[in-house]
Amino acid sequence: MPDFILDVQGLETTFKTPDGVVHAVNGVSFGLKEGETLGIVGESGCGKSVTMLSLLRLIPSPPGKIANGKALFLGRDLLSMTNEEMRHIRGAQISMIFQDPMTSLNPVLTIGLQLQEPLMLHLGMTREQAQGRAAELLGMVGIPKAKDRLGDFPHQFSGGMRQRVMIAMALSCSPQIVIADEPTTALDVTIQAQIMELVRRLRDELGMAIIWITHDLGVVAGLAQRVLVMYGGYIIEEAPVKELFANPQHPYTLGLLGSLPRVDERGHQRLVSIDGLPPVLYEKPNYCPFAPRCKYAVERCWKENPPLMAVGPEHRVACWEDVRTGKAR
Amino acid sequence: MTEANNGALLRVENLVKHFPITQGIIIQKQVGAVHAVDGISFDVHQGETLGLVGESGCGKSTTGRTVLQLFRPTSGSVHFDGVDLVNLKGEDLRKMRRKMQMIFQDPYASLNPRMTVGEIIGEPLTVHKVASQREINDRVASLLELVGLSAAFSTRYPHEFSGGQRQRIGVARALALQPSFIVCDEPISALDVSIQAQVVNLLEDLQKQFNLTYLFIAHDISMVRHISNRIAVMYLGVIVELADRDELYLKPLHPYTQALLSAVPIPDPIADAKRARIILTGDVPSPVNPPSGCRFRTRCPIAQDVCSQSRPEFRELRPGHFVACFFAERFL
Repeated sequence: MPDFILDVQGLETTFKTPDGVVHAVNGVSFGLKEGETLGIVGESGCGKSVTMLSLLRLIPSPPGKIANGKALFLGRDLLSMTNEEMRHIRGAQISMIFQDPMTSLNPVLTIGLQLQEPLMLHLGMTREQAQGRAAELLGMVGIPKAKDRLGDFPHQFSGGMRQRVMIAMALSCSPQIVIADEPTTALDVTIQAQIMELVRRLRDELGMAIIWITHDLGVVAGLAQRVLVMYGGYIIEEAPVKELFANPQHPYTLGLLGSLPRVDERGHQRLVSIDGLPPVLYEKPNYCPFAPRCKYAVERCWKENPPLMAVGPEHRVACWEDVRTGKAR
Repeated sequence: MTEANNGALLRVENLVKHFPITQGIIIQKQVGAVHAVDGISFDVHQGETLGLVGESGCGKSTTGRTVLQLFRPTSGSVHFDGVDLVNLKGEDLRKMRRKMQMIFQDPYASLNPRMTVGEIIGEPLTVHKVASQREINDRVASLLELVGLSAAFSTRYPHEFSGGQRQRIGVARALALQPSFIVCDEPISALDVSIQAQVVNLLEDLQKQFNLTYLFIAHDISMVRHISNRIAVMYLGVIVELADRDELYLKPLHPYTQALLSAVPIPDPIADAKRARIILTGDVPSPVNPPSGCRFRTRCPIAQDVCSQSRPEFRELRPGHFVACFFAERFL
């Protein structure tokens, strides 16, 4: 598929633990178009972060292992590259923003040095050039008096400001893809709103593709164009953002939407909770991984794991049943 | 808040809690104070849920703990059921504590890993010497079933449970002494979305069943709006607005509340795109050295000179709707 800049096919990642082999990602396939913002939603342990770390080959190995799959970036498979080739891609063409800006910045190096490092490494800038560019980048992400702050250490910045520094660092080499792993989860809502506004502006100015991982459906609604919902290491629903919220099909997606109170709620409705717990998979299930928690589960759900099936334009869902009509697919 | 004690189970007046900052190792002298809570007043009525919402560091958890006298207030008064808690000590305070319990934020840190679930839930009964061991066992079993767990779990240890189940254990412990008032300090923020709804539904069911009164502390204004009857919004140690849940959402009178409401993402792309966004600039100032006058003036879009000179009075602008802003009238 030539229109995808990133084309992931059948990715599988496992972790060896004392209790057995945990299947964290079980055959995930998706494409990312140029300049597109793709939201990935799921609860903790659903495999959303592991999928992205696998693509960038940042899974600690052992215990982690990328067991299967391909990840074609502009036609080249990231998973079969040498480490040296991978280093030229990471940070330069695909970069990542992590969840916790305090632990992902080096506390004993100044912000300036940390910003200059990728510029000198990937773009071959001299220290002076890099210094100038670093100040520009800080200004671009809305840090006042950027030039004077290059000599500051991470602890001299607030949480929101640190996340801005992380964003500046991720964008420093003008990557084609930015992967953001829950970048606003650790922040307060008013600061989260600032960061989301910043990302929207930078996306319009720079035109990079973004993969935004989050557990917050509200954040996805305001930012993404297309959404993948993950559960138990599988993609269980995939749709354009308006379609997903207007016409959710998978019982898990329905459950997630029902369990969120809305600030614009009218009257008092009881929340729809999903009973039970997310699974830890010690073997690839031959049944639907959501079946144990599913209100609509029928016999077939326990016998066969449903593949993603098209239910509309660009809308695919992994469920044997159309839950609104009660008919089999 | 001038009405007589009609229905107010808890009355907090001008509550202040400062934490001293000291310098020196042997001879310590105080060099400043963290103004965690700086003069707040509110009532909690019998059977209602009062939501306390604000961003991290605004003093909402300190308020919860100071109300229960887990921290002793610097000044101000807390009346529970007509009794002034601030001046109570020793056995008298312990007796009052039976009626007021707390559910903590972190279900991993708030349960002793070396005690069985039965011991954890039964401990309040043992400490307050209100039941024999046999009665305790029966009571633990019925409490476990009440919160949706199996009575057979009483011999297990906390590590055998998931976050949501642990929080249910925390709820059972809080209910053991049949309190009338529970402070819920961010009881769901450590849990996954689908589990949050389970715990919130449980809290609502228990409230109906036992006519409980909650002070529900959280940073998530959509969840607070869902569970509360009235909401108090805190910013940097003060309550800036207090109103009925629908009134607060439909007619927010304080610029901070307006910004907070507009910053909450709505899980609906069409409704979300239609909203006007108020993006605040800057960060929350340090509570060690809070701004003079109105605490919010450094980030406020409508701040004027007067805001730095004196503190706006917390006044009732509409029936039951209190706000601390000089210019709130313009939003009426």
